[in-house]
Amino acid sequence: MTYVEIFLAFFIPGIIGYGGGPASIPLIEYEVVERYQWLTVDEFAEVLALGNALPGPIATKMAGYIGYDQAGVLGASVGVFATVAPSLVLMIVLLGLLNKFKESPKVKSMTLFIRPTIAVLLGLLAYRFFANSYSDVGIWQTLLLVIVSYLLLQRWKIHPAFVIIGALVYGALFLG
Amino acid sequence: MEQGKLFLAFFRVGLLGYGGGPASIPLVHKEVVEKYKWMDAEEFTDILAIGNTLPGPIATKMAGYIGYRVAGVLGMINAIIATVVPTIGLLILLLTSLASFSDQAWVQGMTKAVVPVVGVMMAVLTWDFFEKAKAGLGWLKSGVLFLLSFVSIGLIDVHPGIIIVTLLLIALYGPVRGMEGGER
Repeated sequence: MTYVEIFLAFFIPGIIGYGGGPASIPLIEYEVVERYQWLTVDEFAEVLALGNALPGPIATKMAGYIGYDQAGVLGASVGVFATVAPSLVLMIVLLGLLNKFKESPKVKSMTLFIRPTIAVLLGLLAYRFFANSYSDVGIWQTLLLVIVSYLLLQRWKIHPAFVIIGALVYGALFLG
Repeated sequence: MEQGKLFLAFFRVGLLGYGGGPASIPLVHKEVVEKYKWMDAEEFTDILAIGNTLPGPIATKMAGYIGYRVAGVLGMINAIIATVVPTIGLLILLLTSLASFSDQAWVQGMTKAVVPVVGVMMAVLTWDFFEKAKAGLGWLKSGVLFLLSFVSIGLIDVHPGIIIVTLLLIALYGPVRGMEGGER
């Protein structure tokens, strides 16, 4: 049963996640946190943070780790397979046909049409992280971390990996 | 021999591609077009365009398809494993070793500090997607879609998949004229 659930949890984000890895993050969160409750919001944030600090595609990293966490190496394989296989098979089978449609405005508008929805999903996810942080460490620590990491990431363009490492060190020293 | 080259090419891409799938596209181009010359730049662009019309992570779609082209089904599996497995291994190693100290106060502190930071990253992505939607769909249409999505997902708690599939069908079959956006 677990394997089927792992497959479904990553298959759905895999086939509706138009717009690459980042678009599928909130869809994965919906499945693993809200639907199957394999992780809490905080645990999901931790996986996402460390996943972002490591190289390589994010969606498959999340699928691999969460699958492993639930059901070992086979679980990890099922998660990655469900993320990768469906659209890859489509691509190989339909290549000739797709070649004809790749300039079609309707096909191009598909990614465009779901962007506001993905934005809402990402926004709700951000809100959940902030709300959790508020109840974990209070308003002042949350504000401090939010403002400092925003400035580092957006204003000074520090690489996310370093910002996350910095947050981990800060947390270990001051929030333990 | 081809399998060894495939593995190395995508192994390097997987380990150097900081910033997720889209960030690794130029690296794939470097390996596939410039270094091993498995295809020319034009064909690469075609495959990228087609990959972008399909859902799911782009890096593994590219790896799988190019692997398949170069060395059949085995090549496909090989290239995907090379892209994905090394960093999943690292992530599992990191998180399981952290988990074994999870009752320590300092580890709990680390988790707590990281939550708002990821919140900021998601907020930045939110803005990014909203801006891109506005650029492609216009202010009004993206605003309406944004509101409808917020009400149905945030307030009524509809599965996001239902909303997305509906929108995809409208994009394909609805009375939509060609639009200027659609970059990527």
